[in-house]
Amino acid sequence: MSSLHTDRAYENQLGQLRNSLLEMGGLVEDQIAQATRALTERDEILARATVDRDHAVNRLDVEIDDLCIKLLALHQPAARDLRLITTALKITTDLERIGDLATSIAERAIELAADLPIKPYIDIPRMAEVARDMVHRSLDAFVGENVELALSVCASDDAIDRLHEQLFRELLSFMVENPQTISRAMRLLFVSKSLERVGDHATNIAEMVIFMVKGRSIRHLDAVPRELD
Amino acid sequence: MTGNGPGVSFDTPVKVCVRDLTVHYGDTKALDRVTLDIPANRVTALIGPSGCGKSTFLRCLNRMNDRVPGARIHGLVAMDGDDLYATHVDPVLLRRRVGMVFQKSNPFPKTIFDNVAFGPRVHGLRDAVRLREIVELSLQRAALWEEVVDRLDGSALELSGGQQQRLCIARALAVQPEVLLMDEPASALDPIATAKIEELIHELKLSYTIVIVTHNMQQAARVSDYTAYFYLGRLIEFGPTDRLFTAPTRPETEDYITGRFG
Repeated sequence: MSSLHTDRAYENQLGQLRNSLLEMGGLVEDQIAQATRALTERDEILARATVDRDHAVNRLDVEIDDLCIKLLALHQPAARDLRLITTALKITTDLERIGDLATSIAERAIELAADLPIKPYIDIPRMAEVARDMVHRSLDAFVGENVELALSVCASDDAIDRLHEQLFRELLSFMVENPQTISRAMRLLFVSKSLERVGDHATNIAEMVIFMVKGRSIRHLDAVPRELD
Repeated sequence: MTGNGPGVSFDTPVKVCVRDLTVHYGDTKALDRVTLDIPANRVTALIGPSGCGKSTFLRCLNRMNDRVPGARIHGLVAMDGDDLYATHVDPVLLRRRVGMVFQKSNPFPKTIFDNVAFGPRVHGLRDAVRLREIVELSLQRAALWEEVVDRLDGSALELSGGQQQRLCIARALAVQPEVLLMDEPASALDPIATAKIEELIHELKLSYTIVIVTHNMQQAARVSDYTAYFYLGRLIEFGPTDRLFTAPTRPETEDYITGRFG
């Protein structure tokens, strides 16, 4: 970040926008971690609390959108500021979806809390940690305008996709061997799919950060570039 | 960006070619080796803080600076390949090819008709039918005809500010220029009159090459195809307007258009 705006109020509002996004990011990271913990510890109370807390994510989504619209209307931002605000608008959508996915995991946790697990939970906490870390790094990249960090998030998406694929095969074998596991295995598969989707949303955020910093889009390319000039 | 300077590179045909243009007013250097190709039939906006040289640059395009005492001009300014500063060039005839509209509308204290007919008459046109045609066409092109058709013999000074400015544009168009220079043409107008002038600029670029100086960056963004950012007498960046306002390449441009200044 170079020099400050001549208009201090504008500068403050842009700072507030960054902070609100960070707050929302921190919140959805927590939601993922708690929903996963509720699942592995079969803690129904924690799961319900996680579901309840989604409204806080939604409230921030609305607040950030309002702030962006106000900034666009009142300041006619250009260049870097314009890219920051349009990026923020898109990032909040991704964060809100991540919040919904965490809620969905918590709902599966409620359903599964009464039953014995079909196997020890090993891969799901690992996936959840990768997904949470991707969200964390994508937002760090946003705040620090760090393209390399953003690119590393895009690269992590493969790891989470592979874990999901592996879990899918494993759960399939359980279901084939013992049809009584089908309902539990299907619910775990939904959880795995949700975490895989969290990785996709974190990747979207990282791609938007690269646009914000560099002014050009790397979305929808066949391969993520290793580095940008 | 390819080419041999910050202001050269685009695929559009060039109307005015400027190379290493340097202007001094006495000991002050107002422009420093500016190289810029002005694309034909496009709107080029010149932006930058006061004193950056954008108006000086504009006034070099029709040799308005010739009349400034102590002004020294070096470098090349060529329109369609003709050097505008060659010794045989008559500045008065040049200004027929390169018209100008100023910040403050300056209609003559004459009738609306006589204001528009002034230029053609100076250039020797006496045919009343032809004059009438030119006046009507010019007023139509300046989007003023409908509003004044019933009072062509009324005083130009009775028109509103926005109408007066469009009258000045009609007057500039009456001598059939190729290039139209506009120095802050809407800065003294209300938003509706401004919108009319901007709409007019969009129409006019079909027939003319337009260069506009403006302090209003949103206006530059709205009306121009290309934008040149000047700072301290230098051309810092020149590029397609949509790119310059979303992802400028120079940090100085970025700071200026985002309001990080001083």
